[in-house]
Amino acid sequence: MSATKLETSTPDVSPPVRWGEKIIEGLIWAAGLSTILIVALIFIFLLKEGLPTFLDIPLRQLFGKRWYPIEGMFGLASLLAGTLLVTAGAVIITVPLGIVTAIYLGEFAPPWQREILKPLIEVLAGIPSIVLGFLGWVALAPIIQNAGAPTGLTAFTGALILAYMALPTIISISEDALYAVPKEYRDGALAIGATQWQTIWRVVLPAAKSGIVIAVMLGIGRAIGETMVALMVTGNAANIPAFGADIMFQPVRTMTATIAAEMGEVAQGSLHYSVLFGIGILLFLITFAINSLARKLVGGESVRRKRTGF
Amino acid sequence: MTNDKIAVNNLFFTYPDGTEALSNVSLNIAANQIFVLFGPARSGKTTLLRLLNRLSDLLEGARHQGDILFNGESVFRRNANVIELRRKISMVFAIPTPLPGSIRQNLTYGLRMAGIKDKVLHEARVETSLQQAGLWDEVKDRLDTSAFALSGGQKQRLCIARSLALEPEVLVLDNPTSGLDPLSTAVVEESLYDLKEQYTIVMVPHSVQQGARVADVAAFMLGGELVEVCTADKMFMNPQDQRTEDYITGRFG
Repeated sequence: MSATKLETSTPDVSPPVRWGEKIIEGLIWAAGLSTILIVALIFIFLLKEGLPTFLDIPLRQLFGKRWYPIEGMFGLASLLAGTLLVTAGAVIITVPLGIVTAIYLGEFAPPWQREILKPLIEVLAGIPSIVLGFLGWVALAPIIQNAGAPTGLTAFTGALILAYMALPTIISISEDALYAVPKEYRDGALAIGATQWQTIWRVVLPAAKSGIVIAVMLGIGRAIGETMVALMVTGNAANIPAFGADIMFQPVRTMTATIAAEMGEVAQGSLHYSVLFGIGILLFLITFAINSLARKLVGGESVRRKRTGF
Repeated sequence: MTNDKIAVNNLFFTYPDGTEALSNVSLNIAANQIFVLFGPARSGKTTLLRLLNRLSDLLEGARHQGDILFNGESVFRRNANVIELRRKISMVFAIPTPLPGSIRQNLTYGLRMAGIKDKVLHEARVETSLQQAGLWDEVKDRLDTSAFALSGGQKQRLCIARSLALEPEVLVLDNPTSGLDPLSTAVVEESLYDLKEQYTIVMVPHSVQQGARVADVAAFMLGGELVEVCTADKMFMNPQDQRTEDYITGRFG
């Protein structure tokens, strides 16, 4: 009885509009949309400038070995090889080192060490790449040359410096991921007789997997996209290194370095110009592929679980 | 006295921030009984439980005095094997904590970490421990699905089963039915009666009523001190200390 009475007495007007909330909602919507818009615009711009690369040059020649722009030979194989070598080298060095450091910081280091190390690692992230490039040039390159390489400016030199640059990103994001693993997991594992190492290896690391994969992904992204270091210390030789034990100790040239080095001297609208944008498109696709792969590795389910808490 | 599984002697415990959590606690826990530790929040119950298998080691800078004997040997002795100790005195927490992985993996974690690889033994322990925890019938057809998909009550029984799979000597339960509905609570309590045939159970109950339902021996704690310890009948019918009576009858605080 009272329920029907309540229903009929409900006023037939909608509740007052909360303008403040509407405005904030709108701003958040606009901010979210602008990110998508900007990414789309960048891609459209790249396509517009770079598309002639893939239309005007036969694919066989485009992925050929010879990069002689002045003679109209735009073979990207050597640049791809350079980027691949330097990036892979950097990742192989930096990923294990970064994750192990994060485990040490998060699980083993006493508080006073953590208090010293964490800010230092963040400072490391703030060093401009040109400074590191300089360091590689004057300090690292001579060592590598003295060790027997034909020149000190090699793929390995670049990989080492890039590994160093990606390190802080990987450490701090992995450490955050480890820190986010609930204390109950550790207690649960220890309470059934796990050693500290077993707890980390079998429980904490699997639980932090998605965060660590993201850390590695961002690290790789940093290594692929870095230009200044690549330009300064990898030797700038657009040729495919001879396959052998010393493959890492030969000068190479990365895709990013090529764009940076040559963009200043090409005629706008020329084929060379659009090939440089074409390289940009390739870089964009490579990064996109890595992102998608990482997403697949992490698995959509666990990402969602992490976000909703289930 | 020789029948005592665990003997706590004049135990003091101080947290790293200087809070004294336990003050001169002494009690004996006999084998194959349910020993219930109850008292208000912050009375030191959980602290005492975590000291039994030295999970308290995780707190850097905490100090203890006094001793805990397990099967007559000090758990703090210099050459004590803490990992082995935790396999023998296995603990289940208030918040159920399935580990990442399937139900089966959760149950065999402890065995695998103890270096036991025998698959046949794994299978046998999985089934026995789930049956002991009263969970077998509900999960026997989906042992390989994620442990996170279980309900709250099932998760908690999974955690109990995970401890049982190790065949410990003592099962330590810190409020194992918090957040469980009355039916799940009844299932857990029911399984405790059966478990004490084989194990010694030390438990912090969810409520005084639960303590009274399951306990053989009960201890009342208040502000880090042991007020009273005696058989359950005596404790819940005719407590000796005024403070115990006030707490049990709800006149407290």
